[in-house]
Amino acid sequence: MDSLFFLAFAAIAVACGINLVIQTHPITSALSLIGVMGSLAVLYLLLGAEFIAMVQLVVYAGAIMVLFVFVIMLLNAGAEKRVARPWKPYLVGAPLLVIFVGVASCILHDMLGDSDPVIFGSFTQGGAREIGRSLFTEYLLPFEVTSVLILIAILGAMVLARKEF
Amino acid sequence: MPPLPIPEHPPVAWYLILSAILFGLGVAGFLFRRNIITVFMSIELMLNAVNLSFIAFSYQLKQVSGHIFTFFVMVVAAAEAAVGLAIILTIYKNKSTLEVDEINSLNN
Repeated sequence: MDSLFFLAFAAIAVACGINLVIQTHPITSALSLIGVMGSLAVLYLLLGAEFIAMVQLVVYAGAIMVLFVFVIMLLNAGAEKRVARPWKPYLVGAPLLVIFVGVASCILHDMLGDSDPVIFGSFTQGGAREIGRSLFTEYLLPFEVTSVLILIAILGAMVLARKEF
Repeated sequence: MPPLPIPEHPPVAWYLILSAILFGLGVAGFLFRRNIITVFMSIELMLNAVNLSFIAFSYQLKQVSGHIFTFFVMVVAAAEAAVGLAIILTIYKNKSTLEVDEINSLNN
């Protein structure tokens, strides 16, 4: 049963990912990316990461993708123009990419052939309580540094969005 | 009913293979697409693939550290999206194009 869930949502994720890459219109790519993120949230739930699954839905599929769609609509971005690009990079790059993914999959499968089966509900450390405790004790310094990072990002975005540029 | 040829519970390696496939797709989008927004979304796809790896390893090792790392990756992705989209807006205001091939003022 878990396997069927995994295979179904992995198939959705891969299909949406392929759609993201082959579509020429950015709004279609954005919707495909939302599909990938939603199915990844389900996979996180299967792995016992409830908090991360919710954050994935709220922050990634919600906030960040709204930002993307907002910018696409604001710039009225249309489909890519068809222009002739040099085809040699494609000829080299596409097989290399397939080989990379294939070799990585083989290595992972061989090295982790005896990895634990993922049983839904057997990992109970992924709730907000455990994450919060770890975040505010063991990882307190990175957490505080993150707030500085966010502040810098806000200032950077404001400076870039001024009218003078 | 005959038993399914697949195991009842997926091993952790399957999640990692899915992560590798999604990462490869992100790299393909990054290299092959010309719209700067799509290139940016491919980067987000790669970040998501790595997040899946972190969560899978966290399950395998029975530790919560991977979740924390994923949380930080999400924070960095949010900051990156804010700044990156502001840069895209500025580029579009100055150049009136979103094609990465035409943004070549640093070329030569």
